[in-house]
Amino acid sequence: MSFHPNEMQRRARLAAALLFLAFVFLVGSFFRTQVLQHAQYVLQSEENRLREVPLPAPRGVIYDRRGQIIAENLPGYSVSLLAPGVDSLRAALRRLAGTIPMSPEQINQAIRRFRRAPNRPAVIFPDASFDVVSVLEEHRVEFPGLIIQSAPKRYYPDGPAMAAFIGYTGEVNEAELGSANFRGYKAGQQVGKDGLERQYEHLLRGREGTRFVEVDARGRVVREAGARQDLLPEAAPPLHTNIDLDLQKFVVGLFGDSLIGGIVAMEPTTGAVLALHSAPTFDPNRFIGGIPADYWRALNEDSRRPLYNKAIKGAYAPGSIWKLATAVMAIQAGVVSLDDQMPVACTGGYQYGNRRFKCWDKKGHGHINLAQAIEVSCDVYFYQLGLKIGLSRLVAGGVELGARERSGIDLPSETRSSFPSAPATEYYNRRFGARGWSNAVSLNLAIGQGENAQTVVNMARFYTALATDGHAAQPRIVRGESERVQLFQLDDEQMAGVKKALAGVVQRGTAAASQIRGVMLAGKTGTAQNAHDPLRDHAWFVGFAPANDAKIVVAVMLEFGGHGTRAARIASKIIEHYLGVQTTQVINTEGE
Amino acid sequence: MSAARRRIADPTLVALAMALSLFGIAMVYSAGQTDVPTVVAKLYRQQIAWFILGLGAAYAVSRASVRFLDWVTTPAYAVSCVLLFLLLFIGAGAGTAASTKSWLAIGGVRLGQPSELAKIAVILMLARILASRKVAPRSLMDLWQPALAVAIPWILIMRQPDLGTGIVFVGIFFAMLFWAGASWQLLVLVASPVVSLILAFSTGLWGAWFLVLVALVLWYRPYLVEGVAVVLANVVTGVVAPVLWDQLNPYQQKRLLVFLDPTTDPQASGYHVIQSQVAIGSGGWLGKGFTLGSQKRLAFLPAQHTDFIFPVVGEELGFIGVSIALSLFLFLLLRSVRIAARSTDPFPSLVAFGLASAWFVHILVNVGMTLNLMPITGIPLPFFSYGGSFMLVCWIAVGILVRISGEGRGPSDMLVI
Repeated sequence: MSFHPNEMQRRARLAAALLFLAFVFLVGSFFRTQVLQHAQYVLQSEENRLREVPLPAPRGVIYDRRGQIIAENLPGYSVSLLAPGVDSLRAALRRLAGTIPMSPEQINQAIRRFRRAPNRPAVIFPDASFDVVSVLEEHRVEFPGLIIQSAPKRYYPDGPAMAAFIGYTGEVNEAELGSANFRGYKAGQQVGKDGLERQYEHLLRGREGTRFVEVDARGRVVREAGARQDLLPEAAPPLHTNIDLDLQKFVVGLFGDSLIGGIVAMEPTTGAVLALHSAPTFDPNRFIGGIPADYWRALNEDSRRPLYNKAIKGAYAPGSIWKLATAVMAIQAGVVSLDDQMPVACTGGYQYGNRRFKCWDKKGHGHINLAQAIEVSCDVYFYQLGLKIGLSRLVAGGVELGARERSGIDLPSETRSSFPSAPATEYYNRRFGARGWSNAVSLNLAIGQGENAQTVVNMARFYTALATDGHAAQPRIVRGESERVQLFQLDDEQMAGVKKALAGVVQRGTAAASQIRGVMLAGKTGTAQNAHDPLRDHAWFVGFAPANDAKIVVAVMLEFGGHGTRAARIASKIIEHYLGVQTTQVINTEGE
Repeated sequence: MSAARRRIADPTLVALAMALSLFGIAMVYSAGQTDVPTVVAKLYRQQIAWFILGLGAAYAVSRASVRFLDWVTTPAYAVSCVLLFLLLFIGAGAGTAASTKSWLAIGGVRLGQPSELAKIAVILMLARILASRKVAPRSLMDLWQPALAVAIPWILIMRQPDLGTGIVFVGIFFAMLFWAGASWQLLVLVASPVVSLILAFSTGLWGAWFLVLVALVLWYRPYLVEGVAVVLANVVTGVVAPVLWDQLNPYQQKRLLVFLDPTTDPQASGYHVIQSQVAIGSGGWLGKGFTLGSQKRLAFLPAQHTDFIFPVVGEELGFIGVSIALSLFLFLLLRSVRIAARSTDPFPSLVAFGLASAWFVHILVNVGMTLNLMPITGIPLPFFSYGGSFMLVCWIAVGILVRISGEGRGPSDMLVI
C-alpha cells in the first residue's frame, strides 16, 4: 500500500478526471435525448397518451328547387368503447351486455370495427336511442373508455317519396375502404351509399373533427376533455337540386301503392330533373345506420321489387315510343317526309316472307301518311318504313340517337340502355349466328321491339330532343350545367311537323283520353311486349307540353301496365299539375 | 476532539447529501402523483421518515471514531455474510423482482435488504485488508485475500439473484484496488476473464482480445505461473461463456439482449427502456412541470418511484433539472474523493474511496440504464429511489465520510471543492 501524499494526489486527480468524464458523458447523452431528439420523443409521448375520437361532421343539407328540405340531419348519439386490446374490449362488451341487451352479432361487429382501427374507439351503437344513452350515462363509472357523443343522424322528411334518387347513408365498408374513391376515409365513418348521397359524397361529407381523449398505459380513459384542443367538425355546404318537391310528392301520390313503374320529369332545355320516382317505393330513413334484417327481407321478397329502380335501372322494350326514333331517322335521311305514304295499306297486318306481322289494331288503318301513322301508332306503316330505311341504317341511326348509352343523369348505377351495335350484320351474326336471323329483325326494330331495351330516363332524354330542336339535355338532379348534345338535325318545318304529329297523338290518336285543358300536350304511347309474361305488357308514355314551347318532358313506364294509354293518363296529370303550379309561381314571383 | 473542531466536520458534503435527499423526496412525491392513484401516492411520507432516521444514523456514525469502524469491520462482515446466506432460504421478493430473494422479512413484514448492509461491510473489510499491506499489490497472489473478501458475499448475492448489486461489488473491488495503488495493467489482467466472458459470443472479437491480453502479459511480466493462469482463465471463461449464458434466467438473458436493441421487444422487455427514453426525451429543456409528466401520470413509465425515478426528473424538470441533479452527484463524489485523498491513514482513506465508488457505480448504472446506455439491472439511485434501507445506508455512508473528513490531515487544497 502506497500512501505517499504525492501519489495520493496523483490518484485523486485521475479519479476526479474519470468522474468528470463520466458525468460529461451522461450529461451529453441527456442533451442528445432531451434537446436534439426532443421533437421525436414528444410525438411518441403524445401518441402514448392521446386517443382520437372522431367527431362526425353534419352532412350537407339537400334542398329542392324552392329551398324545401329533402335531406337534413337530426341530433343523434353514437356509443363507442375505447379499449387497449381485443381482450379487454371483449370483457367490457360482456359487462356492457349486462346493462344494455346486445346481440352476439352487435358484439362481433364492434370487435370487427375495433380490429380495423384499434386506435379509434370501436363503435357499438352507431345510432343509440335516448333511452340507451341515459341508461349508459347512469352507469358511466362502471365502463371506463365508454364514449357517448352526438352523431348527427341523416333524415329524409319525405323519405318514401325520395327513395328513387336520394340513396341513404351507412358505415363505410371494407370494400369501400380499400377502393381509391374512399381514400382518406376511416373505418366507422358514415358515407353515402346510393343515389345523391353517394354521387355527391365528396360535397356532402364535410370535414370530420377530432376530440382528444387521454388514456393511461392500460388504455383506460383518464381525461375526456381538455387533453388537447379539439378539432371541430366542419359541416358541408348545402346541396341545391332541381327537384320540385311539390311535383315529386304529387307523382308519388299518383302512383300510390298499387302501380309499379318508373317516371322521370325534366325540363327539356336545361336538363333539370323535376321529379324521378320508382314505384313501389320504400323508406330510406329505415336504411340509416344499418338496415333492419326483417325490413330488408320484406323488400327483397316483394315480387314488385321495390329496391329495383325502375326509372334508371330497369331497361324495357320501348315499344311504340321508339317509332319516333324510326321516324326521325327516316326524315333526316330523306327516306320519307311526314306526308308520305307506304306502298301497302294497313289491313291489320303485314305479310313479310312467309310470316305475317300484326298491327296492334286488327281493324287496320288503311292508307295513311307518316304523321297519321304516328298519331295512330300504325305498326304496318313502320314495318315498311323499317324495311325502307334498311337494317344497317336502322341500327346506326338508333346508336346515333343514344340508344346504347346512359342518359348521364347524376346518379350512380344507372343502367346502360341496350341496342344492337353498328354495323348491324356483324351484331346479329354474333348474336344469333350467320344463319340464325333474317331481315325480319328490321320490322321489329322499327316498332321498338326486338333487341332494344331502354331505361325510362334515357327515353326522357331522347324526348327532350323531340321537344326542342334535336338537342338532348343530360338529365341533372343537382343544379349545374347540363350538357346538350345534338341527336338529329331536322329543319324547322320538319321539327314542327313532328311536334304536330305528337300533339295529334293526344288530340285524336292513341292518347286522346289524356288531353289537358288549355295546354297542348304532345307525346307518344307505347305498349311494350313483356319478355317475362306475354300477357302483361309494359305501358309507356313519353310526352311534353306545351307542344310548341315545351316546359316539361315526362316519361312514364308502368310495369305490366297494359296499354300505353294508362301511362298517358298519368303523364298528363303530372304535366297538368306542374304547369298549373308553375303559373301560380310566376304570379307570385312577379309580386315580389 | 479539539474544541476548535466544528460541530459538523464537513458541511459541504452534508449540504450536498441534504440537497440530493430533498430533491429525491420531492421526486418520490411526484412519482406518486398519477392519474390513477396507486400505493406510491403516499410513499413519500415513509421516505421522509427514513430520511430523518438516516440523518440520526449519520450523526451517530459521525460520532464514532475510525478505530470503532476498524473494530466493527469483522463482526459486520460476518453478520452480513450470514444474513446473505440465510436469505437464500428465507428471502422474500418485492415489487417487480418478486421472484428474487433479496429481502429479509419476518412475518411478512419486509425489514430491509441485507445486501445494502453488505456493501458497507465489504468496503470496510476490503479497506482493512488492503490497508494492512505495506506495498501496493503487485501480483495476483497479493490479491487473493481481497478477492476472497468480495467473492463470498458476491456469490451469495448472485444466488438471490441480484445482478445489479453484484455489479456494484465488482465496481467497489476494482476502485479500491486502484486506490490502494494497484497498476492499471494488473487491474486489466484481473478483469480479463470477465472481458473474455463477454467477448466470447463473437469469435473474432475474442480472438483479438486474446492477442491483446498475451501482449499485455509479456509486457507486464507477472510471475510465470500467474501469467499462465490468467491466459488459462481467459480460455476457460471464453469456452464456458455459452454454458453460463444458458444458466442465466430467461428474464436476465432478455434484459441483456434488449440492451443491445430495445426495439426487438417493444411491448415486453424493451418496454421499460423505450418508455423511459420517451419520458426523458419529451421533457425537453425545461420539462413538463413538477408532477405533470404524462408518461409518469398515465403509468407508461414503469417503477417510476424506484429504479426509474430519474426519468421523472427528466420528464418533469427537463434537461435543466437533469443537469442540476447530475451536478449535485458529481460534487458529492468529488467531495468524497477529496476526503479520501486528505485522509493520510490508509484504512479511512480506502473506506472513503470505497463508499464514493459504490455511489458512483449506482449512479452510472441507474442513470445510464434510463437512456439504454447500461443494461437494465434493478439498481437504485442514491438519495432518489424510494427504499428505506438504501436511504439509511446512504446516510450512514455520509456519516462515515463526515467522520473521516474530520480526522483528515492532508493538504486541504488537494481538490478545489
